[in-house]
Amino acid sequence: MNGIYILWLRQLKRFIRKKASIVGALGQPIIFLLAIGFGLSPIYAKAGGGNYIQFLAPGIIVMSVLFTSIFTGLEIIWDKQFGFLKETLVAPVPRMHILLGKVLGGATVAMIQGTLVFFITLVAGFRPASLASLPLAFLFLFLVAILSSAMGAAIAARLDDMQGFPLIFNFLVQPLFFLSGAIFPLRDLPTALSFLTKINPFSYGVDGLRYAFSGAHVFSPMVSISVLVGVTLIMLAIGAYQFSRIQL
Amino acid sequence: MENIIETKGVTKKYGDFAAVNDISFSVQKGEVFAFLGPNGAGKTTTIKMLTTLVKPTSGSIIINGCDPMRQQHQVRASFGIVFQDPSLDNELTAYENMQFHAILYGLQKPMYHERILDLLRLVELYDRRDSFVKNFSGGMKRRLEIARGLLHHPKILFLDEPTIGLDPQTRNHIWSYINNLNKKEHVTIFFTTHHMEEVERIAQRIAIIDHGKILIIGTIEEILQKAGVNKLEDAFITLTGSTMREEQGNVGLNQMRINNKLMR
Repeated sequence: MNGIYILWLRQLKRFIRKKASIVGALGQPIIFLLAIGFGLSPIYAKAGGGNYIQFLAPGIIVMSVLFTSIFTGLEIIWDKQFGFLKETLVAPVPRMHILLGKVLGGATVAMIQGTLVFFITLVAGFRPASLASLPLAFLFLFLVAILSSAMGAAIAARLDDMQGFPLIFNFLVQPLFFLSGAIFPLRDLPTALSFLTKINPFSYGVDGLRYAFSGAHVFSPMVSISVLVGVTLIMLAIGAYQFSRIQL
Repeated sequence: MENIIETKGVTKKYGDFAAVNDISFSVQKGEVFAFLGPNGAGKTTTIKMLTTLVKPTSGSIIINGCDPMRQQHQVRASFGIVFQDPSLDNELTAYENMQFHAILYGLQKPMYHERILDLLRLVELYDRRDSFVKNFSGGMKRRLEIARGLLHHPKILFLDEPTIGLDPQTRNHIWSYINNLNKKEHVTIFFTTHHMEEVERIAQRIAIIDHGKILIIGTIEEILQKAGVNKLEDAFITLTGSTMREEQGNVGLNQMRINNKLMR
């Protein structure tokens, strides 16, 4: 357990010390809120969708958690390159604990980042239906955070340098966000798109968070939780397997 | 005397290339053992197999009575290591790097706090304990890594080219410290280096490896006698030839290693 704790703490310290990157990471959600949020608001209202910011805000919060988490997981590639991973791997700590420490650390910093974005959405005019829904919202956010962090770690365990990074960003991270129902409703979609959104676990995260904040949902909340928990466990298992095979 | 490291027929193959080819040797408890060879000879691969980071293709290894493949935990708790490449977290302070190591190795706070401060005093980094490692010079980072390797009272200390890129003053300091450690606490020292005068100064026995094979093992006198020369450097060149070596294997990784050394 010591191993999990200290790896978690390290992640947190590194995050808090990089103030510039915390602020920098807020740029993207702000642009999304301003450009897409206010830009599409009139059309969305005319189409009978209601308040678009109210719809978009949970999607933007999930976006910031997804990106922060997955990149923190991918930081393992840096640890490999700068040699620090060796120090961790020769210690008498099960590899599973190292993975869990990393994943929990990544999830925690992503939750902090997500909370900051939540406050920004409040400034932009987003209003949750009631404060009582916050614990459920945090549960969904936490599941999204763990899942993306585990995903980043599992990928990083296989890579030796950052050259595959654009590939991961453009062909995995971006599609996971754009095809999650974060910016458009998952109703009356073309068949192919509808299929893609249904097999994307993050659709269930966005939908769950939207349910927690406003009560509206596409999937049943229990289904959403089950999908997120199930895929997270699978991802952790893959990550654990990849970690057990790392040779330096 | 009891052997603390024992290897029999250890081989590591990457595809068809044998980085380490059927080596057998043993190191006694409390010994200072130098593992020498030109670049790409198989030194680092051997250390990685001894320290559980790489699985041998075949052969057997015993470290402090345990098998690095089957009893990883016992083996890992029994040694400290200073890697060839830097392995500190630059975004943490010197103390935090030490603390990370202590907690990872299961030490309790009342024990490790004083121990960390003692070790930092020993390597003369006590005044810099709260500075970030990214602001340290190469020699300071090295000293910190050595202090860290000793934190959990290891029985064996592996040093993979610990003095690379350091000035004579720092090298001198580091070796007298390691020598002292061996004499006082009887820590077994297993090290590699390209500086033959360092070997002459502290090694009790030497193995010379090239192309993945051990060419010779013995005391300095024995090796000088067999090679028929007066200096270890001459013996080294007589035994391994005078051609310069490119490191085999992953070019990218070597480039990375060079970059890391430059960044120190």
